[in-house]
Amino acid sequence: MEDFLRIFGAVASTSLFAALLGFGLAIAAKKFRVVKNPTLEKISAALPGLNCGICGYTGCEAYAEALSLEKESDTRKCRPGGQATIDEISQILGIESSAGTKRMVARLACLGGTGIAVQDFSFQAYEDCESLKLHFDGDKGCKYGCMGLGSCIKVCPVDAISKTDNGLVEVSAARCIGCELCVKVCPSGVMKMIPADTDFFVACNSRDKGKLTKALCSAGCIGCRICEKKFPESGFQVEDNLASLNYNKKDNEGRMEAAQACPAKCIIQAGSKTLLKT
Amino acid sequence: MTYIGIIFTYVFVSNLVLTQFLGLCPFIGVSNKTENAVGMGFAVMFVMSTASLITWAFQHFVLIPLNVVFLQTVTFILVIASIVQLVEMVVRKTSPPLYKALGIYLPLITTNCGVLGIALISVNEDYNAVESFLAGLSAGLGFLVALLFMSAIRERLELERVPKYLRGTPIAFISGGLMALAFMAFDKALLANIIGA
Repeated sequence: MEDFLRIFGAVASTSLFAALLGFGLAIAAKKFRVVKNPTLEKISAALPGLNCGICGYTGCEAYAEALSLEKESDTRKCRPGGQATIDEISQILGIESSAGTKRMVARLACLGGTGIAVQDFSFQAYEDCESLKLHFDGDKGCKYGCMGLGSCIKVCPVDAISKTDNGLVEVSAARCIGCELCVKVCPSGVMKMIPADTDFFVACNSRDKGKLTKALCSAGCIGCRICEKKFPESGFQVEDNLASLNYNKKDNEGRMEAAQACPAKCIIQAGSKTLLKT
Repeated sequence: MTYIGIIFTYVFVSNLVLTQFLGLCPFIGVSNKTENAVGMGFAVMFVMSTASLITWAFQHFVLIPLNVVFLQTVTFILVIASIVQLVEMVVRKTSPPLYKALGIYLPLITTNCGVLGIALISVNEDYNAVESFLAGLSAGLGFLVALLFMSAIRERLELERVPKYLRGTPIAFISGGLMALAFMAFDKALLANIIGA
């Protein structure tokens, strides 16, 4: 009986003590409640919450805070959210909604996979592009191309990038949110932002002279200017031995012909993954 | 001299994580990035020192007078958990920058065994208030050191071509074990040599 009372007393007093502490915490929670700005909460809910940082803030929460405190008036900075998010934020803030910038997606500007580009040596260490870049500017003959170790895969917040069988990476345009993190991390600068609705783009980043490019990679732009000269309407221009496409040009006359005329076949259709078949 | 002894003991000789194997979940869970490890480390340091001081007071002013020392473990858990919650609320209200740095880690530590461990150790060693506080502080420092080393190792491991079957947590456990082995070099005899105690 004595023992039973002792055990009962211990259990009862501990429970009482716990209840007291809980009660105290409940009071404290009320006293120390942080009044959150309702606008801030609404904006936070409207943002995608990916914390990609393309808006220029440290994360979605910081952008929402700046917007709610009216330190920031531009509601179009969230690119992953697209037009829907812009409309929603503008509505919350009572600002007239405006059309956002064109949707941009990342795309690898390199076709020099295994067997197409010359490989100088084999790198057997850190699986990291930055580290490989420090060794003779990369393992490929072409120092502008994709090294395929996938530093971009690690930074992508939405897992839109994956390795391909031929030693390169590819971006899923459907999943890309245009945060540009992969563009910033790539030491070769071979990841490019292109408009999501473009029909063609130049899949090469080599600024080497034509002869050298040809020796190093069979799918490299040799800067021959065929696309520029023969199809002046197409919007291709060559600078630094590398062709580029002026995406602002509305009419796309002659782009298909230019792509077919390209000797290296490095002008490709944005929808396709591989070289253009002739 | 004894204060230095306490600091040295809990940072190196009986480092909570590496020789007593307490608080292993945050050691593995939060050690993949240095920046997180530092935040967590400081939060733990803060909680451990407060908790040891409070539990010392609780032991001497409540448990011993009431003659219910056998309830030590249970009540300590309650006290520590409540204190951490309370501190979290106060910090959130009074200092948003500090809350941003430590706040997100505080709820993770409410029931950390390392925190309870150092509280019980200080009570069992019969420390006075200052010594308890110091033990908590240095145990937290030891935790911070272990976490920091571990995160540095893991950041390097992330880039290394680790065999497929060891990638992630397995290799982290192995490196943690090797680090613990290295920490075994710090022992009581070394401590006696250094501080002459």
